[in-house]
Amino acid sequence: MKKGTGQNKYRVPILKTAKKHWMLLAMLSPAILYVIIFSYIPMTGIVLAFKNYQYSGGIYKSPWIGLDNFKALLVAGKLGQVTRNTLLYNIAFLLLGVVFEMGSAILLNEMLGKWFKKVAQSFMFLPYFISWVVAGAIMYNIFNYEKGVFNSLLNLFGAESFDLYNTPKAWIIVLIFLKIWKQTGYGSVVYLAAITGLDQEMFEASSIDGASAWQKIRYITIPSLMPTMMILVLLGIGNIFRGDFGLFYQTVKSSALLQPVTDVIDTYVFRLLITNSDIGVSAAAGLYQSILCFVTISVCNKLVKKSNPDYALY
Amino acid sequence: MAKSNAIHRKRMSKDLLAVNIVAYVLVGLFALICVVPFYLILVASFTPESSLIRNGYPLVPKDFSVQSYLLCLKNPVSILKAYGTTIGVTFTGTALSVFIATMTGYVLSRKDFPWRNKFSFFFFFTTLFNGGLVPWYMLCVRYLHFKNSYIGILLPLMFSVWNMIIAKSFMNGIPSAISESAKIDGANDITIFIRLILPLSKPLIATLCLFSALAYWNDWYNCMLYITNDNMFTLQYYLQRMLGSAEAMRIVAEKSGIALPSVPLESMKMAMTIIATGPIVVLYPFVQRYFVKGLTIGAVKG
Repeated sequence: MKKGTGQNKYRVPILKTAKKHWMLLAMLSPAILYVIIFSYIPMTGIVLAFKNYQYSGGIYKSPWIGLDNFKALLVAGKLGQVTRNTLLYNIAFLLLGVVFEMGSAILLNEMLGKWFKKVAQSFMFLPYFISWVVAGAIMYNIFNYEKGVFNSLLNLFGAESFDLYNTPKAWIIVLIFLKIWKQTGYGSVVYLAAITGLDQEMFEASSIDGASAWQKIRYITIPSLMPTMMILVLLGIGNIFRGDFGLFYQTVKSSALLQPVTDVIDTYVFRLLITNSDIGVSAAAGLYQSILCFVTISVCNKLVKKSNPDYALY
Repeated sequence: MAKSNAIHRKRMSKDLLAVNIVAYVLVGLFALICVVPFYLILVASFTPESSLIRNGYPLVPKDFSVQSYLLCLKNPVSILKAYGTTIGVTFTGTALSVFIATMTGYVLSRKDFPWRNKFSFFFFFTTLFNGGLVPWYMLCVRYLHFKNSYIGILLPLMFSVWNMIIAKSFMNGIPSAISESAKIDGANDITIFIRLILPLSKPLIATLCLFSALAYWNDWYNCMLYITNDNMFTLQYYLQRMLGSAEAMRIVAEKSGIALPSVPLESMKMAMTIIATGPIVVLYPFVQRYFVKGLTIGAVKG
């Protein structure tokens, strides 16, 4: 309801509004039904984290066991490691993502050659089109110890072969590289869309005032992209404790040797659920993740709202 | 005066040139890094198995063979079935999800709908908090019977809050006078949406179609969770299984000292990768021109 208009001295009854807009509500109903079934009902399923799941009892009738699942999770001793990995990888993805996406959008925008710009943009978009399964096949092609292209190149220059699958530390670089490789094309279009929407008169006026191309980027383009960046960064922060399951699952596969540097919360929860069928404990780990995410985004959004309400997500 | 103007112009073009040199080098380099792996896979898929085993995956094409593709198609039933499943699910899923996303986005962009912000948040909240994988999985398997059902690969991707937000932001840019005047002329909301708003939203529809089609085409996750019947595998999951099982065969053969079976495993993996990726990449040029217009991400509020 709009505030401050004379009509709102009294509240419009809910039923009256519903009746007036019944067709709009009907148009919303598929989506409402969908999120109720696939998001809101599963939220009630978090009780599983406090239950000893039994097949006969299902989600709601299995017996309560208090915090035993969380104790088991702590005793397993993996939680700290997977939380740290998830957080650090996502921070790297977020920071480098902003630099690469905004950078390539600005540079693409400055390009004078239309043809080169179009071809480069299409090429950059290719990795976005493939699944992580295909990315896994690419990793195999390049980094396979005996047949991979990377080792062929190393041997060509007289260097020793490099066994990525026995070098956990190297995965940090490879995974970050892979993520940036896959998402930059898409992200740059989001920024490019924002640049296209800018008022061209600003640029013309600054040219007349003698601003150089660098100055225009520094003082007009980048500041105008801040709102878009803030949205994307806040969205990233909301998911900072959610690992990209496909990336970690399809490229690392299930190598125990690499787990200390490649295991994230999502792969851990998945393993607990599917491989170990440990439903209570994996539900506890999932709830731990959801709460971490929710608290982080709520706090960050509040802080942003305080400093600049325009940048807040909601 | 004329002279100073000329100097001015010269300086301008000089730093524009510098920006362009930097842009061409950096963007060109990155674009190259993006495309080279695809080139490598393509070359490997056309290389005979014997050469792959001797020299590893090639950097430049030396010998040419279509053996691996022929072998992939020699036992075509399962590949064709996977193709059929993926194409069917992609078409159905994309059509339904784009329709739902645009319809929802339209209602939430209507300024005369007093509950639009409340409903926006109702949807958006699901991206802030969720029950996690386990309750969702239990619900789908126990109560909705997703196991070995096409519903299991169709429904999980059908509604995306992000697509809805993109739709809403785009439709906020359509003048509300269009809906208002049509309303005065006696048109109802669904007619306005289908006859007036959708035809004005072509860039949006193209963008959302691409996103949904990509999500469905590239889905292996839901198939891995719910489908155990070989005949219902999606293309990507089929590829995942093939990459894995071929690898497993190789390891068994090596460990037990049995000679490798004469099946060209390595080149077949690459051929299968090309087969599974090709059609969706071909889609891109058709939607490219709509892309920048269709993709404006606005805030949730408002």
